[in-house]
Amino acid sequence: MLKIDKDKCTGCGECEEVCAFGAISIKDDVAEIDHDTCTLCGTCVDTCPSGALEIESKKEEQKILDKDNWRGVWVIAEFRSGRLFPVTFELLGCARKLADKLDVPLSAVLIGNNVKDFASELIKYGADQIYIVDHPNLAQFLEIPYTNVLVELIKRYKPEIILAGATAQGRSYIPAVATILETGLTADCTELDVRIEDRALLQTRPAFGGNLLATIVCPNHRPQMATVRPHVMKALEPDDSREGEIIEVKIDESLFETSTKLLESTVEEQTGVDLANADIIITAGRGMESKENLSLVEELAKLLDGAVGATRAVTDAGWLSERHQIGQTGKTVSPKLYVGCGVSGAIQHIVGMKGSDIIVAINKDPDAPIFDVSTYGIVGDVKEVLPKLIEKIKKEKGL
Amino acid sequence: MRFVVCIKQVPDAANVRFDPEKGTLIREGVEAMINPFDLNAIEAAVQLKEQLGGEVVCITMGPPQAESALRDALALGVDSAVLLSDRAFAGADTLATTRTLAAGIKKLGGADIVFCGKQAIDGDTAQVGPGLAARLGLNYATCISELEFIKDTNCLKVKRAWEEGYDILEIKLPALVTVLTCINTPRVPSLKGKLKAKKANIPVWGAKDLGLDTSLVGLSGSPTQVVTTCVPKFEAKKEMLEGDVEEKVDTLLNRLKEAGIL
Repeated sequence: MLKIDKDKCTGCGECEEVCAFGAISIKDDVAEIDHDTCTLCGTCVDTCPSGALEIESKKEEQKILDKDNWRGVWVIAEFRSGRLFPVTFELLGCARKLADKLDVPLSAVLIGNNVKDFASELIKYGADQIYIVDHPNLAQFLEIPYTNVLVELIKRYKPEIILAGATAQGRSYIPAVATILETGLTADCTELDVRIEDRALLQTRPAFGGNLLATIVCPNHRPQMATVRPHVMKALEPDDSREGEIIEVKIDESLFETSTKLLESTVEEQTGVDLANADIIITAGRGMESKENLSLVEELAKLLDGAVGATRAVTDAGWLSERHQIGQTGKTVSPKLYVGCGVSGAIQHIVGMKGSDIIVAINKDPDAPIFDVSTYGIVGDVKEVLPKLIEKIKKEKGL
Repeated sequence: MRFVVCIKQVPDAANVRFDPEKGTLIREGVEAMINPFDLNAIEAAVQLKEQLGGEVVCITMGPPQAESALRDALALGVDSAVLLSDRAFAGADTLATTRTLAAGIKKLGGADIVFCGKQAIDGDTAQVGPGLAARLGLNYATCISELEFIKDTNCLKVKRAWEEGYDILEIKLPALVTVLTCINTPRVPSLKGKLKAKKANIPVWGAKDLGLDTSLVGLSGSPTQVVTTCVPKFEAKKEMLEGDVEEKVDTLLNRLKEAGIL
């Protein structure tokens, strides 16, 4: 329950303002809490300048008895369509730092069929050990066998930290793994660190549509599990001289059984440039005003060999497909150059593109929030600026 | 057949903005609503019921006022609704939430198919659906864009999206699916539906009714804890380009050339 120390409360109202649920109101210069509305999110506790708020937990400090038996950092490799997904290398880059800080080995888990040859890749990118479960029944990803295998590995080897990609695959079975193990799982982390004193994984993720960043811990349960958004962490440069140990794990085949059948698996032809891997992204926002005007964005993208991105307003309006969407509910991108055309800069969009090297914003409204995050800002009408930009680039290129 | 839809009442996140100067959330005009993804879950369940017969039950875990989300669901063709509400449920993370929802579904007598939205827009975790499936021991598939019941095999044939394509899966009932928005277009509530929703009796089940130990639900039953929250800070070397359109564009091109981009 959220408790208030009425002697400390000054009635300043800071808590009332930060509460996203409207659970606090100031009455007679003291904060009053509506306990039915309060979700115990804790935002107010951190905000209160006088330390008058506290979340009282009934929970005894239930230390798990064998917490010290859990050691090591794991990355769950994502193998699909005959290749390792890039997020695996990003996870290894981030996990390497965590493992070094904790002074433990970094292990990767590789599940599939005929995947042994890929173990060396994982070592090059930072893993010390590879646990391989290789079996024809694991050739295709299916939730239940993959869940069973991972649960079995975790119970056997007891790692303290497990990272997986917040991809379609990771998001589909990692929550099942955490539930079976009755441990915590933090989704879509954008920053990870460890607190040495208690070896806690500090997991930071956007909350409330990116309006807040919340740092989450899992103090009394092991393993500590997190999924990480693709394109947020940086992979290490591959090092051919690194050495590692490959451990082939035999698992009871009954764990591979499932009544679910995979009838068909299709890789769709990717239309246009792959947003996630593009060096240059030209993004259309609501300020483009109409679907017709998007031709300007498309022309500029084509000229610069870039990809076309979109804000949610644009995909919701049906001007572009959801595949183009950048932001909290879309993709996270970090190109060398991002150009926002008529993009206002809602926080949900900004969390998906703030990692770009150079951000250029073109917007009529000088107060548009996108200017706060941009490297270069142009206040102006996209319908005038873009044609001029296109014309000049064409001239430079001798077109 | 019994179809159970799990929904969540959320603040309208699209309208939550933050005040960068004060570093606080602006809630004005923000209303509680059914998580938009859950509307597609409701629609998918109601459509299947219309085709196969049976009943659609909607459940949610939330504060007493989450009842209004259930009434909205009833207006959309859901047959009955149950509210899982108890002070002890507050502050639940996804693990504790699945425990409460699973207990609710068991008390209903189980389900042939459980429907969830892809994720909730306030937390965006997408963890409750698959976690709930694991807890109930159901076959499941996430991010479904098409769904068809195959009577002969008592299976659902589903199209499951992933980054670079899709899979067609056949999953045996009982099963759980989480649905994408492209699976259907949620209907608008009918007048008849609204009237029914207004009159409906919505039972409220607390921890005791569900036979749940209060130390295993809500904040007490949640392994994860939020330690700090902060408003994201973005640092940018901001340069507003001056002059007329011609000059602004020239300066931009020069800057991009200096950076080696053009």
